[in-house]
Amino acid sequence: MARITAGVATSHVPAIGAAIDNGKTRDPYWLPMFKGFEFSKHWIAAAKPDVVVLVYNDHASAFTLEMIPTFAIGCAERFAPADEGWGPRPVPVVEGHPEFAAHIAQSVIQQDFDLTIINKMDVDHGLTVPLSLMFGQPAAWPCRVIPIAVNVVQYPPPSGNRCYQLGKAIRRAVECYDPDLNVQVWGTGGMSHQIQGPRAGLINKDFDQRFLDRLISAPDALAMMPHIDYIREAGAEGVELVMWFIMRGALDAQVKTVYRFYHVPASSTAVGHLILENAV
Amino acid sequence: MRLAVASIPAHNVAMALDKPYADVPGTTIFDAELARKGYHLNMFCSSLMKAPNRERFRAGERAYLDEWPMTEQQKEAVLARDYNAMIALGGNIYFLAKLFSTDGQSFQHAASLMTGMTPEAYVEMMVKGGRSPEGNRYIGEKK
Repeated sequence: MARITAGVATSHVPAIGAAIDNGKTRDPYWLPMFKGFEFSKHWIAAAKPDVVVLVYNDHASAFTLEMIPTFAIGCAERFAPADEGWGPRPVPVVEGHPEFAAHIAQSVIQQDFDLTIINKMDVDHGLTVPLSLMFGQPAAWPCRVIPIAVNVVQYPPPSGNRCYQLGKAIRRAVECYDPDLNVQVWGTGGMSHQIQGPRAGLINKDFDQRFLDRLISAPDALAMMPHIDYIREAGAEGVELVMWFIMRGALDAQVKTVYRFYHVPASSTAVGHLILENAV
Repeated sequence: MRLAVASIPAHNVAMALDKPYADVPGTTIFDAELARKGYHLNMFCSSLMKAPNRERFRAGERAYLDEWPMTEQQKEAVLARDYNAMIALGGNIYFLAKLFSTDGQSFQHAASLMTGMTPEAYVEMMVKGGRSPEGNRYIGEKK
């Protein structure tokens, strides 16, 4: 049977992708941040996931204002890197897992989560930057990816609790899939950041550290935090953190923190990163 | 028909929605109302995800903008690269990103423009830990 072996959370700042693609990871500005992912690259080389269910948000790349699904699942065979206005990132095409994705879609919809099914989609930095951070620059990504796209572009995004419950539903879907697959769930985006208006540049380290603490130890209560608290405390774009609850919901109530990293800044963003495993 | 419309005053419908984010300083939340207002502005930005469109836009910005049913104010804000004005007129930062990317600018550069800081001063603020939430939570809050 398929099983979820770990959860990963990480920010997905576009400038991180640009730093990797342009060979700037050793620049003094970027070095401390990339050092924070060295452990993770070794860890994942040993963990060897077959499939990553990768929760991210599209940034007006695949979905314009023509269609805005709150939750969407990518069921295609492959997903090409999107042209976000400066040409596509020079990274491998993302290989999907159509059969497994279709299974998850059917199971999760029957658990009252009305996912939008996407059979053709380009994926932007929201999905490819986390892959680069965890896997570096391989000729091909070493695992299949099932994208779960969450709307955080047009307000309101889904609530933290809705995301948390979706994570639980995805876990149930994974655990009733016959093939023996090693599955990870990743939640991406955040942490505190605001990239628009005169308040741009807002960073709230206290909020972020407390969020990391409580996501690990008290996710049920943290999931109830209203959107306005994210916006006011962690910046307008800090609300992306709701996506981390899908990852957290897919794990046990008790988890082991394998790794935790926090760094300010990457461009305008506080970078947070967690690797969690079920405590067992 | 006029009576039917008048029986549901628009302001009453709007008041039924809770918008607790209206008092966050220097921040515009892209909600359904702004998304409607900015629809064509944002769709113009989306068109810049295709290289041939970027070339046509660069070759004649005004002519390209005139292909879109945007308001004159929106067009002028684009031509002036006034990002705060574009946001007030319904622009969303992730759509506007296609415009500043077309100009070869980063999110960080665009953010500095919106704060009124020089790019260098903005980067320095971020390297020092970013803008503090202290005094930046509510409009009119004492700093």
